[in-house]
Amino acid sequence: MEEKKNQIWAFVITGLLVLISLIYYKANVYYMYLVVYIWFGVAYGMMLQYGRFCFASASRDLFAAGVPRMAVGILVALIFFSIIQATLAATNMSTFHPAPFGIHTLISGVIFGVGMVLAGGCASGSLYKIGEGNGTSILSILGISFGQAIFVDVGGPFLKLVPEAWKVSTAAKNLPPDKVTSWFDYYLAGYVWDQPSIQLSHTKAIGGALPGASKYFIGDALISAIIPALVLIVVIYYFYIRKGFLKKRTKATGQPASFKDELAGIWSMLTASQRTTLMGVIIGITAGLHIFVMKGMQIKFGISNFGQLLTKMGHAADTSIRGTVFDPGYWYITSQEGQFGAWVLDKLGWDMRDNVFFGVNNGLPELWRNPALWMSIGIIFGAMIMSLMSKEFKFKLPKGELIVWGLLGGTLMGLGSRPALGCNIGAFFIRVAGGDPSGWLYGIGMVTGAFAGVKFFNWWSERKMAAEMADF
Amino acid sequence: MAMKFEKKSEGVYLLDVCGYVCPHPQIYCKKSLEKIGEGEILEMTFDNPSSAETIVQMLDQAGHELVEKKNEGGKIVFKIKKA
Repeated sequence: MEEKKNQIWAFVITGLLVLISLIYYKANVYYMYLVVYIWFGVAYGMMLQYGRFCFASASRDLFAAGVPRMAVGILVALIFFSIIQATLAATNMSTFHPAPFGIHTLISGVIFGVGMVLAGGCASGSLYKIGEGNGTSILSILGISFGQAIFVDVGGPFLKLVPEAWKVSTAAKNLPPDKVTSWFDYYLAGYVWDQPSIQLSHTKAIGGALPGASKYFIGDALISAIIPALVLIVVIYYFYIRKGFLKKRTKATGQPASFKDELAGIWSMLTASQRTTLMGVIIGITAGLHIFVMKGMQIKFGISNFGQLLTKMGHAADTSIRGTVFDPGYWYITSQEGQFGAWVLDKLGWDMRDNVFFGVNNGLPELWRNPALWMSIGIIFGAMIMSLMSKEFKFKLPKGELIVWGLLGGTLMGLGSRPALGCNIGAFFIRVAGGDPSGWLYGIGMVTGAFAGVKFFNWWSERKMAAEMADF
Repeated sequence: MAMKFEKKSEGVYLLDVCGYVCPHPQIYCKKSLEKIGEGEILEMTFDNPSSAETIVQMLDQAGHELVEKKNEGGKIVFKIKKA
């Protein structure tokens, strides 16, 4: 009976999404651009839920439980995604762009890493867990949304902290003065925009030395993603799996361990959680396909940003002064949630357009016209469909300490994603696979922060266990 | 909300972490197994599906036996024998 009820709900949600898509199509064919985001979001949500695919879990479960399934899953996804990214770049079908990097990338990663462990899920993980009915993840997403929105718009006393050099550099950018009001505006225009950005295929060493399309496959895929991912897989195997695996193996065969046994150990690690590794492969391919489809839509409509279509449809007020909205062209999570937080605050009377982040770059579209936000909503509903089908959906209100961890962790994720212009997806996964080594810098930060978060939770849970065991 | 860890009978312990999300169930499971003796049973109840995948692999790596697993309307029950 319950199974039947779950299935009915899964069909109702799917039907609702189809209906929404049809309404958009009927309203204006340009909205098909937005509909593509919805359905890729649904696909990501289904895959994330099925594979229990969470970047927080990658480092956290490794440090807390010695389980490498998720770290391995992400590295597998990176390998496949990077090959497709390179193929798209080679055929001029990529929407990828590298990001300016510096010490801020590392620091942001650390803050994000602490946040994702406290919240119990990364930015994408929290979305799919909302789809499982997890109330704590709703708080995390609220923390991410409002944390970012407030973070990019606060001025007042914070302006006193802005270095003179940032002010000078910002002034040289000739931005409208009414859009430069927060400390983050100076940080963005006076610091981040001045930092270098690298895509290996475009460097002299690789782009200049390698002919034609090979620079994308060798520079962006092989050097930036595949070799580091393979090295990490071997390192994880060596430190977490090798000893136990070889002990069992040599006991069973009675022979000393050979190189073949080592390979068998790595294979056993890769296949220990088949659903996670399988989803790693499929998520990698889907993320590549997403870029391909978005580029195709841009070519079809002759645009480079959805803001242009919004303007054609008479919604120029949704866009920034450049006529753009946040439209990454690929899988992204946090910026659109920042827009959600800003939209709510804007409606409550807080001017959220008087800054560079929303006013000049990303716009502040109405929620129902925000393409990337629809991707996040798609992730929630995709995960809900999948968890209903597998009888795993259960609504859980956040209680007790989880309210604090959810809100605090989410806010830290918001604060850790905005200065780096991305989260575990935008600043790590997409960048590394696209040939931007700064993604690894963010990744190192995330792992370091996660390590600190795990240390804290170990201490916290030990305390609670001791209290529980006092009676026996 | 609080986690519960109690002795049910001789050699059988209960761990209830319903309501908890990652990483709490897996951390409490690991710590509970550290507290009980070899051959003893841990009956663990939780409702965070993402933790299940990690716990199963953690038990496999450590050699503990997952004697029984049930899903009762979103509540997952693992009966674990410590190696």
